[in-house]
Amino acid sequence: MSDNQNEELNLLKYDVLSPLYEQTDLIDLQEGQDVNKLISTNTTPLSEPIIEVPDDLDRNLMVTSVDTLINWGRKSSVWPLSFGLACCAFEMMASAMSRFDLSRFGMEVFRASPRQADLIIIAGTVTWKMAPVIERVYNQMPEPKWVISMGVCATSGGPYYQSYSVVPGVNHIIPVDVYVPGCPPRPDALLYGIMMLHEKIKRYKNLEK
Amino acid sequence: MTKIADNQIVSKLLPKNLSEQTYISGKFLYVESEFIYELCQELQNNPQTQYNYLKSISAIDYIEYFEIVYHLDSLINNTSLVLKTKLFGRSKLSVKSVTSLWKGAELQEREIWDLMGIYFEDHPNMKRILLWEGFEGHPLRKDFIK
Repeated sequence: MSDNQNEELNLLKYDVLSPLYEQTDLIDLQEGQDVNKLISTNTTPLSEPIIEVPDDLDRNLMVTSVDTLINWGRKSSVWPLSFGLACCAFEMMASAMSRFDLSRFGMEVFRASPRQADLIIIAGTVTWKMAPVIERVYNQMPEPKWVISMGVCATSGGPYYQSYSVVPGVNHIIPVDVYVPGCPPRPDALLYGIMMLHEKIKRYKNLEK
Repeated sequence: MTKIADNQIVSKLLPKNLSEQTYISGKFLYVESEFIYELCQELQNNPQTQYNYLKSISAIDYIEYFEIVYHLDSLINNTSLVLKTKLFGRSKLSVKSVTSLWKGAELQEREIWDLMGIYFEDHPNMKRILLWEGFEGHPLRKDFIK
């Protein structure tokens, strides 16, 4: 760029009264210079970045079956649905709190939506008026899905057996994987039921289906 | 603490056409079921009673007859009153609703209709509340069999 041009540009730069598009001429020229510089220097393509694998990792190998791997992942992160019907729900909440700590099994994420849940814990008395809701919530859950019937009310009606308004066991409405007895079951009992469910998930055959 | 109203005094305060329909038995003021609405209206509006708060409505099945119990409170005079009415028979029982006097009666009257089968006339929304539509019978009756 010649000296004359520079002087003109400097004049333009400090001329406040001129329009904005005229004042940016200097910036545009600078940008053009940068582009021309890139075109002249970057003439050859760059090589791919080198991935360095550590030696000890390079020598390791692990073999497993697909079922085992998938089931291990599934059983380690069973997300329950936030769904409580009666007093059993308090024991379910207690088992999620720090004293019993469901998060040891990757289950602390009680989902508010059935679309994100793998497990529904039927915690409490199921009335006939609630039954269509349970059926719909179960149908909204994505496969694979599991059901735990918690307490005697959900299992068989319990103290309300043969009542005019209580379902005699939630298995009249949805299929149940694990039954946990008790009125209400202590959190330990629920955790044992969850362990049984984990054992069941481990035996799940993904590929044969 | 709310004072329990003297039933003798309350019945003397009522106009003559209503006090003829009431009688006192034990600690309670009884009224014929046809006049329950008029009596409640009078008890609410009379400046000497002013029962402006309805605590609860409940119903009892004594097999020979049904009894509806109204617990009334006056927050102005600080008194309370228990009002009862008897309904004889087992079918097509009905009394007049007090929902237009106390708004809180609405849900309790629906519950009584649902579980005891006593119909409340002039209720804005007289249908089942706890059980589902299509349920047969009224389960808190003594003769209800599943």
